[in-house]
Amino acid sequence: MKFTLSWLKDHLDTQASVDEICEVLTDLGLEVEEVINPADRLKSFTLGKVTHAEQHPDADRLRVCTVQTDEGAKQIVCGAPNARTGITIVLCKPGDYVPGIDLTLSVGKIRGVESHGMMASERELELSDEHDGIIELPSGEVGDKFVDWLARHAPEKVDPVIDIAITPNRPDALGVRGIAIDLAARGLGVLKPVVEHRVEGGFASPINVSIDEDARENGCFVFAGRLIKGVANGPSPEWLQQRLKAIGLRPISKLVDVTNFFTYDRNRPLHVFDAGKVTGDLRIHRASAGDKIVGLDEKEYTFTGGQVVISDDSGIESIAGVMGGLETGCTDGTTDVFLEAAYWDHIQIAMTGRALKINSDARYRNERGIDPAYNMQAMEDATAMIIELCGGEASDVVVAGQVPDVSRAYKLDAARVQSLVGMDIPEAEQRQTLTALGFTLEGDMAWVPSWRPDVQGEADLVEEVARIASLTKLVGKPLKRVHAGVPKAILLPSQKREQAARRMCAGLGYNECVTYSFVDQASAALFGGGENATKLENPISSEMSHMRPDLLVGLLQAASRNQARGFADLALFEVGPVFHGGEPEEQALQVSGLLVGKTGPKDVHGESRVVDLFDAKADAEAVLSAIGAPAKVQVLRDGPAWWHPGRHGKICLGPKKVLGIFGELHPKVLREMGVKGPAVAFTIWPQEVPAARKKSATRPALKASDLQAVERDFAFVVDAGVEALTLANAAAGADKALIAGVHVFDEFIADGAAGGSLGEGKKSLAITVRLQPVDTTLKDDDIEAVSKKIVEKVSKATGGSLRG
Amino acid sequence: MNELRDKYIAAIANATDENALEELRVQAVGKKGEVSLQMRELGKMTPEERQVAGPKLNALKDEINSALSAKKAGLEDAALDERLRSEWLDVTLPSRSRGQGSIHPISQVTEEVTAIFADMGFGVAEGPRIDTDWYNFDALNIPGHHPARAEMDTFYMHRDEGDERPPHVLRTHTSPVQIRTMEKQGAPLRIICPGGVYRADYDQTHTPMFHQVEGLALDKDISMANLKWVLEEFVKAFFEVDDVELRFRASHFPFTEPSAEVDIRCSWEGGTLKVGEGDDWLEILGSGMVHPKVLQAGGIDPDIWQGFAFGMGIDRIAMLKYGIPDLRAFFDSDLRWLRHYGFASLDQPTLHGGLSR
Repeated sequence: MKFTLSWLKDHLDTQASVDEICEVLTDLGLEVEEVINPADRLKSFTLGKVTHAEQHPDADRLRVCTVQTDEGAKQIVCGAPNARTGITIVLCKPGDYVPGIDLTLSVGKIRGVESHGMMASERELELSDEHDGIIELPSGEVGDKFVDWLARHAPEKVDPVIDIAITPNRPDALGVRGIAIDLAARGLGVLKPVVEHRVEGGFASPINVSIDEDARENGCFVFAGRLIKGVANGPSPEWLQQRLKAIGLRPISKLVDVTNFFTYDRNRPLHVFDAGKVTGDLRIHRASAGDKIVGLDEKEYTFTGGQVVISDDSGIESIAGVMGGLETGCTDGTTDVFLEAAYWDHIQIAMTGRALKINSDARYRNERGIDPAYNMQAMEDATAMIIELCGGEASDVVVAGQVPDVSRAYKLDAARVQSLVGMDIPEAEQRQTLTALGFTLEGDMAWVPSWRPDVQGEADLVEEVARIASLTKLVGKPLKRVHAGVPKAILLPSQKREQAARRMCAGLGYNECVTYSFVDQASAALFGGGENATKLENPISSEMSHMRPDLLVGLLQAASRNQARGFADLALFEVGPVFHGGEPEEQALQVSGLLVGKTGPKDVHGESRVVDLFDAKADAEAVLSAIGAPAKVQVLRDGPAWWHPGRHGKICLGPKKVLGIFGELHPKVLREMGVKGPAVAFTIWPQEVPAARKKSATRPALKASDLQAVERDFAFVVDAGVEALTLANAAAGADKALIAGVHVFDEFIADGAAGGSLGEGKKSLAITVRLQPVDTTLKDDDIEAVSKKIVEKVSKATGGSLRG
Repeated sequence: MNELRDKYIAAIANATDENALEELRVQAVGKKGEVSLQMRELGKMTPEERQVAGPKLNALKDEINSALSAKKAGLEDAALDERLRSEWLDVTLPSRSRGQGSIHPISQVTEEVTAIFADMGFGVAEGPRIDTDWYNFDALNIPGHHPARAEMDTFYMHRDEGDERPPHVLRTHTSPVQIRTMEKQGAPLRIICPGGVYRADYDQTHTPMFHQVEGLALDKDISMANLKWVLEEFVKAFFEVDDVELRFRASHFPFTEPSAEVDIRCSWEGGTLKVGEGDDWLEILGSGMVHPKVLQAGGIDPDIWQGFAFGMGIDRIAMLKYGIPDLRAFFDSDLRWLRHYGFASLDQPTLHGGLSR
């Protein structure tokens, strides 16, 4: 919302400076976004007087002038035809920036004669397009500032323009009057009374108006109109054109400019029909789907059906409250005008605007809410202005519908206001504030002014009082602790888990990514998603159309981008939500890590190698351990299809409780995602990890035996398909008291189909068993006995035998 | 006897390797060595003679043994020195590489904010990213026709034909978590709700996903002055400055009343933000007293309970604090960016240790 200082002063009697006004506006909630002060770029210029002018010795069109200035007499060479002795001019000195020619002046020599400055034309100072000669002022003394002269004699030329951001709740501030009321309530001036015009109709309006039954509800409350005949349209007077131009509007014609004036002056959109082009009466009704209109912006709009429109006998002439039609628009040739002042349902206006994608000043105001109580007076005021500018004679006013009663009152609880705001605002001041804003107080009930649709309850009264009292003055008051003393821990176990997982991943060398929650359909489909349930109705691009089913989608895309930048070895991870459906509860927290390429750059130690699934497994185990998962888990197969079928494992507590997955990614998935392998990954679902049972911080006492532990190695020949974990678990079960640990330390698969010495389809697995005696030192016989049991157990569980 | 001593001490001193030493040991103190043989003679001596000769022989034996072991140690040291002289490595070769992981600034700053508010008794509440339009809008006093709905650039979820429910939305702010937490925990209540939010906007300064943290404090006597204090304390702690001036400007949010936008005093010298000094104001968050309708939506009686709420951008305050220029880069996962702006795993922010290193 833009307005000029002089426009504001039509409504507000104030001596406050532009800076003061702006500061207060921002504090009141009418945030100043920009102030354009034309005086700023003219402030260095002063008045001078030409005391002598003579022909330049070497140029026919130039004159050498002696100019009296605040710094004494100066010689200036000038080419203007009106540069002559005796005139008062606007002086630009060396060092001054001249906006119209985009130049900072310096002392120059023009055809051999020195020139100490310039006498400006209006164009050179960007005051107008006038450039036939230099400015000749009818008054003013040498040394006066030009901006001061302008402020006295042509204030519109130095009128500051203020642009403020209006929050959606303040339609009243979309008119200069509303802004003035706020400022006056704060005490920055006195609100001037408005003149209420009254124009008696001289004849009956030949155009009648009616509202269809179905357009009354949620459509048009009231429609008033009258004909003004015999008007002379044409360009508006200079003051009105200046005003509209200053706030960025293009003056069109007197009739149209009057409606724009009321739009900005009183937040009161109006419409003018060229009555000569209206056939019959006006009817307000709902458009049918497919109906069309060409708007004043010369664009054709097609209605989707249900929008409220105004038609005459020949069809739709106006999109009610949003935009008039081109066909009945006023032109310079208009002699009879039909003036409309109506009050429309604001939701209906918003829906129409949205359906037709029209953003007009009228829609903007009508959908936020104008003052219904002003409707009939607006008709009178606008009529008076039209007759003043264009002449003509007004008819009686025709009205359909009626002005709605929006009167309502809320209780002002002065104590509650103080308690909520935390500021000492006496009740009398609260009442005075509300009164200044246009509320009427009856006892403790405050009646809301008709131009404030946003005030809908007691809380809104608090806001009004607080904002006028100034929140800038609010002084902070300590918030009491919930419990005195040391604050308690606040993180939930799940939140601690998330942090622990994240910091463990970073500690393992992974870089944390935060990728978009939405991905393209094809990628989502590779990871079991991409169905309609997780589809966005209005994605911003096809690359972001579906909620991600898995973090690996984003991580692989990130890997692909980094590979394109020349990074081949990557360790990336993310902690975040994934979506297996479109309902709020169909979201789960996931931790995923992705390793691509080698374990590190090639090195002198020869340790760089291609990443493999055991890297991913180690990291998955570390993360699980960090979030408190049990150490004893099962590793099962048959995970989802984006893993390499034979090279992945699910870390489980029982077949249905999957804590995580690790493995190689399916080569096809890598290809589709544009990632050059090898790539291994892990995924953890922290919510699946059972909650810790312990409630106490105390640990059980350490039982450390003084007796020496003994380690024995065994090698078994088993079928190639036997899993190491089965073998190790069998060995561990041989004597649960004595065996402290079993560790697989070698796997040997013979090359070739024959299987070498082991036999076809066989492999050797070697384990170290650690025996920890409890009561007495182990003797050879004891070790022999437990060894025998281990071999038996393993043979039974795996079908293998001790390697000879 | 002295002769014997001199002979062996000299021989030991001249020995050049361990074998020679061993030979000398056998010759001198071995079972059939000269000293041992002389000791056998002791039995034939008179007690008086023995009294003199015995200790002397024992002393001789000890002396030779000591000389032997001293020489042996000397030879070993010499051998070790000789070996070490040949053992030279180029220590300027690179060490074994160890991957350097990093924490994303959004995670780091979320933890910083959590640490500060935890001290003031605020818990951390979470909620779903896909939410119903009731939680995201209606419950927050934003009815269907409210211009704020249109201005929020909401992402809507697909609805299958026949499903007549209004479409779910990707939450446009973290405020729905307020409602969900009020429903679950009631009042009094102190929570922050950090997390990702979504708006259909993508340009230089907007990304379709970003992060917010919401704060909510409800009690019987919490005022806007308390809000100002909490935010002052937060800003000081977060930006790690001793003093900061906050400016509250009246504003409007459907879910708070009165509402205020909050600016902090700052300067932008040479493109670097300094909080707490200078003549500029930087808008940092929106806040206000929770609207009675919002309390009602959360099942809380607004005649008994009152309190404040605020919301700010996590990405934004991360950019301000750490001088990160481009929001879009937060979500691009460029390894160079992650390493440059990321944090070490051990940089866990705490109040006692300081939030940043």
